[in-house]
Amino acid sequence: MNENISDPAVQVNLQQRHPIPLAVQLHCRSGELLALVGPSGSGKTTILRAIAGLYQVRQGHVVCQQEVWQDSATKLFLPTHRRQVGLVFQHYALFPHMTVLDNIQLALQAMPKAKRPHRALQLLQMVHLRGLENRYPNTLSGGQQQRVAVARALARQPRILLLDEPFSAVDQVTRRKLQRALISLKQSLAIPIILVTHDLEEAGLLAERMALLYRGEVLQTGSPEFIAAHPENATVARLMNQQNLFTAEVLEQHIRSQTTRLLWRGRELQAAYQPRFPVRQRCCWVIQSSSILLHRRDRPSRGERENPLHGEIVEYLESNGLANMLVQIDRQSSTSLVVNVPLHVARRNRLALHERIGISLLKQGIHLMPYQSLRRQD
Amino acid sequence: MDWTALFLSIQLGLATLLILLPVGIITGRWLAYKQFFGKPLIQGLLALPLVLPPTVLGYYLLVAFSPARGLGLWLQETFDTTLVFNFQGLVLASILFNLPFAIEPMQRAFAAIPREIREAGACCGMNPVRILYKIELPLAWPGIAAAMILTFAHTLGEFGIVLMVGGNIPGETQTIAIAIYDRVQIFDQQGASVMSLSLLLFSILTISLTYWFSARSERKYF
Repeated sequence: MNENISDPAVQVNLQQRHPIPLAVQLHCRSGELLALVGPSGSGKTTILRAIAGLYQVRQGHVVCQQEVWQDSATKLFLPTHRRQVGLVFQHYALFPHMTVLDNIQLALQAMPKAKRPHRALQLLQMVHLRGLENRYPNTLSGGQQQRVAVARALARQPRILLLDEPFSAVDQVTRRKLQRALISLKQSLAIPIILVTHDLEEAGLLAERMALLYRGEVLQTGSPEFIAAHPENATVARLMNQQNLFTAEVLEQHIRSQTTRLLWRGRELQAAYQPRFPVRQRCCWVIQSSSILLHRRDRPSRGERENPLHGEIVEYLESNGLANMLVQIDRQSSTSLVVNVPLHVARRNRLALHERIGISLLKQGIHLMPYQSLRRQD
Repeated sequence: MDWTALFLSIQLGLATLLILLPVGIITGRWLAYKQFFGKPLIQGLLALPLVLPPTVLGYYLLVAFSPARGLGLWLQETFDTTLVFNFQGLVLASILFNLPFAIEPMQRAFAAIPREIREAGACCGMNPVRILYKIELPLAWPGIAAAMILTFAHTLGEFGIVLMVGGNIPGETQTIAIAIYDRVQIFDQQGASVMSLSLLLFSILTISLTYWFSARSERKYF
């Protein structure tokens, strides 16, 4: 791990080839939320289960708050019930034959019996569910069940909180509400939180750091914004849903102007200086749509000189306050870029299907990566 | 009404239950949660009494426990006991014959509990034994109860295997089903019909109870 780690509360190292391939090295500090993101089958849930002790990885080393939970070198494997772990399952896994209160009290075994009801009610208060203590899980809504599951997970005073896609089984409105609840809960918890999700937006909203997983391997770790803008390779860029991903040839590395010049489908592009890519060699490059500037139609604006391009809007969609456009730069090679602008900007500039527009690719936004074949786009 | 035969049948049923309850829970749970090589073979062997004529099973037990040779001879010489033509033999035969009726419903009941719920128990700090009696048994009990009722009722109705292994000794091995047969043989129509009718009513009651329990287990939680 090459990041500066100040006393990570949890350190996880999992390596195996069969039956589920895993090559994972992770850490998470107290009070930090780490998101494990990746497509289905990338091993996210398996990692969570391995931390909880519900799955035994062949070569594993798991340390949580100075307590060793797994060490395959010494054949140590602490069973789940001896790991102080809070896990919120994807479908919550509440005990269906017990009331909400009993569900929580069952996780309070370390506490004297007489004190349990009071503590359970406190936890219900914390997740805003007072008054529902005598209800059975099947009479609760999905959002309420999720909050009971969170309260139950916290009842054990866990050393780590694990969340397995906890927002996937509720509707969009409830999801937003629960996500806000998690953000405020996080501030009061001084333990590491690991969240499994396949939703990049969710990771961006909730996590300080994310680990991008693909086929059981951590491809890149960092803040969601950093990974989106600086993917280590084209696979990461794709998994981060970066649509403006292309290949080009490096023409020149110009140190004085801090520019790397690229040849992209017969056009010259100027990128921020990235000297590790040799001249006359191919590379991949990516640009976030937020680094693509729309030329105003009424008057010229700042930044128009950077990599100006002109094209036709061949797809136009309005959603979530944004106009999502596909702009075709070159009809022959059907080269097109995805451009998003705020809806008011689109309206003011009267953008519509088949309109011709000018755009600029901001030099600082062009990020280079090692060459690999991009069959889908190139 | 032959009360001796009825009591003997009830005794046999209870003895079978007493042994099959733990056996069924342990085996049913094991088959529900564990995957291993040879599982289909074990399940097949356990289900054999469902397809095998009771007389066939009875015949092999008779041969196996015959004091003249093998296992029977060993039992005779070592413990001075025999398992043919007595009550203990009947209990053993009844247990073997009822294995599928006890184990399969329990296996299904345990298998119906989502894995995540058991895992949530472990995450709450419960050890496997505590998970068994706090979570698994309460959730599986309608299935377990149904299995017990079915086993008990089935024991009352056993005929072929009882006759093969136990013979027809009043007060020792003559169960109610055998007694009915006995009455018909001696043209005691009234005796036979009273006992048959009681057995019929009892069977209807138990089968309905079994269905009620399984409907309850499906409806209540999931």
